[in-house]
Amino acid sequence: MSKPPKARIAKRKKKKFGSKPGDKIALVNARLLDPGSGLDEHGGLTIRKGRIADMGPQLAESGPENFETIDCGGHALMPGLIDMLVYTGEPGFEHQEPLATASRAAAVGGVTTIVCMPDTNPVIDDAALVDFIQRRARDTAVVHVRPMAAATRGLEGKEMTEIGLLQEAGAVAFTNGTSSITNARVMRRLLAYATDFDALIVHNTEEPELAASGVMNEGEISSRLGLPGIPDSAEAIMLQRDLELVRATGARYHAAQISTAASLDIIRRARADGIDVTCGVSINHLTLNENDIGPYRTFFKMRPPLRREEDRQALVAGLAAGEIDVIVSGHNPKDADVKRRPFAEAEDGAIGLETLFSAALTLYHNKEVELTTLLRAFTSTPARLLGLKSGKLEVGARADLALADFEAPWIVDPDRLQSKSKNTPFDERQMQGRVLRTVVNGNTVFTLGAGT
Amino acid sequence: MSIAPAPDRFIFSHRHLLGIEGLSATEISGLLDLADEAAELNRQVSKKQDTLRGRTQINLFFEASTRTQSSFELAGKRLGADVMNMSVGSSSIKKGETVIDTAMTLNAMRPDLLVVRHHSAGAVELLSQKVSCSVINAGDGSHEHPTQALLDALTIRRNKGKIGGLTVVICGDVLHSRVARSNIILLNALGARVRVVAPATLLPPFAERLGAEVYTSMEKGLEGADIIMMLRLQLERMSGSYVPSVREYFHFFGLDHEKLKLAKPDALVMHPGPMNRGVEIDSAVADDNRSVISEQVEMGVAVRMAVLTALSQHLPNQ
Repeated sequence: MSKPPKARIAKRKKKKFGSKPGDKIALVNARLLDPGSGLDEHGGLTIRKGRIADMGPQLAESGPENFETIDCGGHALMPGLIDMLVYTGEPGFEHQEPLATASRAAAVGGVTTIVCMPDTNPVIDDAALVDFIQRRARDTAVVHVRPMAAATRGLEGKEMTEIGLLQEAGAVAFTNGTSSITNARVMRRLLAYATDFDALIVHNTEEPELAASGVMNEGEISSRLGLPGIPDSAEAIMLQRDLELVRATGARYHAAQISTAASLDIIRRARADGIDVTCGVSINHLTLNENDIGPYRTFFKMRPPLRREEDRQALVAGLAAGEIDVIVSGHNPKDADVKRRPFAEAEDGAIGLETLFSAALTLYHNKEVELTTLLRAFTSTPARLLGLKSGKLEVGARADLALADFEAPWIVDPDRLQSKSKNTPFDERQMQGRVLRTVVNGNTVFTLGAGT
Repeated sequence: MSIAPAPDRFIFSHRHLLGIEGLSATEISGLLDLADEAAELNRQVSKKQDTLRGRTQINLFFEASTRTQSSFELAGKRLGADVMNMSVGSSSIKKGETVIDTAMTLNAMRPDLLVVRHHSAGAVELLSQKVSCSVINAGDGSHEHPTQALLDALTIRRNKGKIGGLTVVICGDVLHSRVARSNIILLNALGARVRVVAPATLLPPFAERLGAEVYTSMEKGLEGADIIMMLRLQLERMSGSYVPSVREYFHFFGLDHEKLKLAKPDALVMHPGPMNRGVEIDSAVADDNRSVISEQVEMGVAVRMAVLTALSQHLPNQ
């Protein structure tokens, strides 16, 4: 009697997960920025086995012997960004963006963790698919990829998914993707059930009947362009409903992307009422508005739609005041085939991983948002919401880092972007500040000028 | 007699006519002057011109149209162009061919002028970016219909002798109307006072910012009107989705002699056609001597000849 040979071979050949973590590396002469703790000092840090081993002013000049030493040139060294809302095309739409190119785009943008949305084909609504994403990420991605699983089967908004099993498989949160769960009873039960697992429900709020055929913000511009609009109230009604259900269930709830001043008011009032709720906003809604659509430019067509300038200003003020918790890229790759169409017929979405940080710095350079507040919105806060062991500069934390020059000027050139799809609304835009180096698990995955 | 413009008199600086937006008052008036001449010409026995001799004009209609397409066809033929009509039904759209593909295909056939109607706002502009000929917007979604606004303006000018200072009331489905949008822009550019009248469900959001006074009561809106433009209300919008019923709509917003009395005694009644008699307009009013609806159709050909002539200034080898 002998054991089946195949099993033995498989066991012997079992590969180690991921690449080897970076070891014995010192990053010196840096401005250490830790948004979570408010740390902002000149110094350096060392990496052992993919984790931060030591940090402080004592490492400002040089690292320990036998360490590979990298001079940061006095630039800001901060936790790598965590992007909580990224659409990729894998599985099903690899021609638009496989995990590999999404992760390279992330690396260029200083994003060390992307949370990918379940709106794929098939939809990520099963533990095996969560596993698939993680294995594909391990084999092809250069940054961490954490799946957000579907909250309902097929994202149909009818039957809840196996929240517990999906969570055990590695899902960091649950969402209905681009669509809202319209059935209030389904939503209520989902929220109630999720509390048993302390699972975070991330919801895009849009009342579909009100949004109907709308393709941009409803207002003066949509009237001039003759395009059907999506009113503020479509977002507000769904958000308000959700908050009533959160009040009733005590669930952990995060509004994925709010886009209007009215929604921010609703969040504010709910908090004053004692409801524990967090919200995100996309970089597009903080830096662009409906006027950018101009003569039917489809790269500015997205969901939620770009709103009025007054809304943008309110969102920026909300971010500055700490009322908006998270900034996301909303990265949504779409190829030319589905974008080069009449506006109403073009698909929604804009890429953003590579421009997220630089575009966000606009708010800092304009003195609209404090640096720490800004950085917190894509480091420590999403880490806390998703239960990730990154997003902070701290001894023992994972060495996921971004080194950035806050001043360096550059111009966005779509041809040089890593994303497979080039639908950037920041085409030709002049930026101030960019990421110089990105470190994941202690390994440098991107250096400016050296490609990825 | 020729309607080719003397260059020192009128220069049209655009390669395409995509909308009234972006045209100056001088350019609009220039086109109307040119159209006036064409209108006279069209009443002659011999109507044929050679302005576009050797040129090819393609009428590309993604949306069915009888009067606009035949008006453009006649205009092109009277100017001596070879005119081809292409109706792209919904079937070839379903086959997956995009508006850009269609444009590229036609462009390869080397037309000089492309007249395009499409059901989607902005589609004609998108198409114009991909072709090397001149493009005329014959209606794009709910956005613009520039030649309709020009023919309306010509009809008004010929009857009233002016446009500036007149009170023009546009009634009906303003929300979905490209005719209304183009007219509001044009009439504002020429100094008319514009009102829109419609139930709230058929008004575009922030209509007041488009350059029109907004009324939801026909009686108030018609007071002192010089011109009444009725808009067509599509059948599918009458049965509860935008208004409760035809009879309720006609009762409050249909133009009959009773309501017409509120306008100035010499007010003109206009309609871009095709009319829904008994829905937005009473038959008696449509056939009244104050109705200039037939004249609008006549001016349609003249205006399109003027536009084709103006754009021919920019055709290659000219």
